[in-house]
Amino acid sequence: MQSEQVVVVGNGMVGQRFVETLLARDTDGRFAITALGEESRRAYDRVALSSYFDGVSADELDVVAPGTYESSRAALHLCEQVTNIDRGAKEVTTVSGRVVAYDHLVLATGSYPFVPPVPGRDLEGCFVYRTLDDLDAIRSAAAAAAEHTHGRRAGLVVGGGLLGLEAARALRLLGMSPHVVELAPRLMPLQVDDQGGAVLKRLIEDLTVTVHAGTSVASIVRDGDRMIATLGNGVELDLDVVVFSAGIRPRDQLALESGLAVGERGGIVVDSTCRTSDESIWSIGECALVNGKIYGLVAPGYAMAEVVADRLLGGSTEFTGADLSTKLKLMGVDVASFGDALATTEGALEVRLENPVENTYAKLVVSDDATTLLGGILVGDASKYASLRPLVGGPLPGDPVAMLAPGGAGVALGPGALPRDAQICSCNDVTKGAILDAIVEHSLTDVAGIKACTRAGTTCGSCVNLLKPLLAEAGVEVSKALCEHFDASRTELFERVRTERIATFSELVQRHGRGRGCDICKPVVASILASLEHGYVLDGEQAGLQDTNDHFLANLQKNGTYSVVPRIPGGEITPEKLIVIGEVAREFGLYTKITGGQRIDLFGARVEQLPSIWQRLVAAGMESGHAYGKALRTVKSCVGSTWCRYGVQDSVGLAVDLELRYRGIRSPHKIKAGVSGCARECAEAQSKDIGVIATEAGWNLYVGGNGGARPRHADLLLTGVDTETLVRTIDRFIMFYVRTADRLQRTSTWLESLSAGGQDGLDYLRQVLVHDSLGIAAELDAAMELHVGRYSDEWADTLADPDRLRRFASFVNAPGTPDPSIQWTPERGQIKPLIAGPTVEVVR
Amino acid sequence: MTAGLDTGSRPSTATRPAQGWTMVCRSADVPVERGVAALVGDVQVAIFRTYDGAVFAVGNRDPFSGAYVISRGIVGTRGDAPTVTSPMLKQVFDLRSGRCLDAALDSEVTLPVHAVRERDGFVEVAAAEGSG
Repeated sequence: MQSEQVVVVGNGMVGQRFVETLLARDTDGRFAITALGEESRRAYDRVALSSYFDGVSADELDVVAPGTYESSRAALHLCEQVTNIDRGAKEVTTVSGRVVAYDHLVLATGSYPFVPPVPGRDLEGCFVYRTLDDLDAIRSAAAAAAEHTHGRRAGLVVGGGLLGLEAARALRLLGMSPHVVELAPRLMPLQVDDQGGAVLKRLIEDLTVTVHAGTSVASIVRDGDRMIATLGNGVELDLDVVVFSAGIRPRDQLALESGLAVGERGGIVVDSTCRTSDESIWSIGECALVNGKIYGLVAPGYAMAEVVADRLLGGSTEFTGADLSTKLKLMGVDVASFGDALATTEGALEVRLENPVENTYAKLVVSDDATTLLGGILVGDASKYASLRPLVGGPLPGDPVAMLAPGGAGVALGPGALPRDAQICSCNDVTKGAILDAIVEHSLTDVAGIKACTRAGTTCGSCVNLLKPLLAEAGVEVSKALCEHFDASRTELFERVRTERIATFSELVQRHGRGRGCDICKPVVASILASLEHGYVLDGEQAGLQDTNDHFLANLQKNGTYSVVPRIPGGEITPEKLIVIGEVAREFGLYTKITGGQRIDLFGARVEQLPSIWQRLVAAGMESGHAYGKALRTVKSCVGSTWCRYGVQDSVGLAVDLELRYRGIRSPHKIKAGVSGCARECAEAQSKDIGVIATEAGWNLYVGGNGGARPRHADLLLTGVDTETLVRTIDRFIMFYVRTADRLQRTSTWLESLSAGGQDGLDYLRQVLVHDSLGIAAELDAAMELHVGRYSDEWADTLADPDRLRRFASFVNAPGTPDPSIQWTPERGQIKPLIAGPTVEVVR
Repeated sequence: MTAGLDTGSRPSTATRPAQGWTMVCRSADVPVERGVAALVGDVQVAIFRTYDGAVFAVGNRDPFSGAYVISRGIVGTRGDAPTVTSPMLKQVFDLRSGRCLDAALDSEVTLPVHAVRERDGFVEVAAAEGSG
């Protein structure tokens, strides 16, 4: 049987999803698909467009599943805009003259940006925000503006909706001060109400974005290298770039010209099966007018793609409307809107909670009898979105006021409370039931498995935290077990090793585990052994426990080379040592970069070069900086009272002392510290695990701070203490953390875990460390004294040990031959790794 | 073999028996539960010894990152399978088949598997064709 020809016009996210869905479902090979894309790039993630300016490459935005166009069943042609449909002959013609016959035609032509008729809108420097090409053009204009504009450059975004705020973020990433003009009286008028819009405006303006709501752009004129935009309220803005992002319009021109029914205000008219007025032609995504409505989000487009694929295969699915819920982080500001957010249902009641101190706003919309949740809005803190959204349409699980309160006091909001048909992943329309079934059917045991199997959590990621509880609900035991080899947690293993005086991994796994370990438990056991009596382990059986970084005492980088970081205590370094570091980098051809911890990282060292590099550094009086270890990294300092006009104590001196005291200590995760010489806090000590700030009265000690993905300010543990008290308390803090924290648990989450069960974690810590409420202070002090007395430099130790040196060989049968796969290309006067050959996509 | 500080040494002349076996190192050079890399012709091979003393050889290239680092992974077990974990992004591979045990369910990622044996205190490898 000859296959039926399916032609897909448009290779955006929805058109691509249709191709993949049809290929996956068409197990009999009934269809042959030809996809025609107008852009030079195949389908990419338009939802994440602004991440392009975060350094995400065009390749990383690609959404085409590997292998889609590698069989004879599907072909993709790019730069092939379809210019004509001959419905009689059932064929389409492209701009290059290619003619493709179809049995079934799917129009997924998407939308174009609406540009309001403002005088000056065609000037050079005015852009739309839709494609990667648009972004490239905006980037070039921003770069050109940097040439001629002194001081801060400015950009205007016309439109304060979802996409407009994304565009503002993009301008900010390009180093501009963005202005946003929105005709409606508030930002994101489709998603949030007036009160939420006001909170959102305050939050956005805190980020140096100027919001002009309730007005429009009257005109734009050129003024030399710049532009002047005049707003309806008389305000004049001096600008480098203007970006129009004032909504979208369906691209229905092709349908219109072929005589298909098109809506009065645009959009290709389709019925609930997504079929147009021609029974061989279908339309999906932003170009389709379904039941009188255009859907400008990707999730409904995906749903339409599913409907058409199902219909072609003889199914009976219908498009019944879509969940327009949205959760996004705009420049770090959480906004979520779900269900009937604007309370348009007759008789709907609204429960609102605004916290002007924290700048958060939350609203639930409930039915007139207050029994059913209809929707809601969250601004400033959307952490409850994942648990609230699936409840829409179902019975309220509790008092709505309590549900909005911090912590959701007393109301079970977890996924356990949800019915089977509740939608967990709105991006990919995956229900709780579908996930539970997949867990059983495919014997899934982890979140990664659920993602690979159901696609849940793979688009915006907001539902990922709901997936783990579902594993538990499906009967998969989510235990505290470290891994398949040990049923105990790190904390429990630590106590067993300590009390039973276990000295090797083999002994421990024989007594308390099974198998021969893995990359999770082995480094944990190495760290525990190092923290107890055995010192840093690198020899004999223990060598096999270490992750590659600890094994080679350097940090593995993406091309298999390592980076080397000598310790620079407190960030203080002599010119002589700086010169040696420079000479070493030059001699070995290393890339150099200053780190956030006030030291210098040397990249690109091959494994066989490491000992020679260390030898030079050690000879100049330097040592390992333990950048490779779950260990103390740095103690950052400001210049302090020695030089600074404002400093009240010697912050550098203390930082050096602390760094030398705690160097080399092994811990559940890395430890960073900082010392500031006065309350101006130039060392950013409050973002560290251990932060010290000098006052006239003595030192203030802060603990549990954290930068990174989940920043946390440190909590004030002690005030105005002398150096001896300070050091003793830090000693105990570190040792108590090393003993009791879980694997890869930073001090911030460890401290929060101490607050479990309603106790005040900080006060508990103070009782243990200062008042010795557990009676372990002497043990902790002794453990630290042991560490300090036993410290020796791991690099120097390795250089002195021929057995250890043997492992620093590129090849066992050719120890000095460089790995031929390591290649470099120059960039900004230094080297940059080149990776050859294709790699397998990583599922996260 | 020479210590790592001696970076100027030349590749040892490998002997290639008629059957295609290449002697790569002494048995003692492959420590228990750790790996070494070897250059067999122009093929990079990662050789491991598991806890029970058995020796395995797979390709040294990590298919997820493209870097030649598999020999530096942690050796262990998953269920009954002897395994190595890529040090780069931590995918686990079965040392017997080379199969990745952490790849997406619908995809098959494998490392090339090379024949390896120990004779008279030396480790010998017969590298599979066309693999890197």
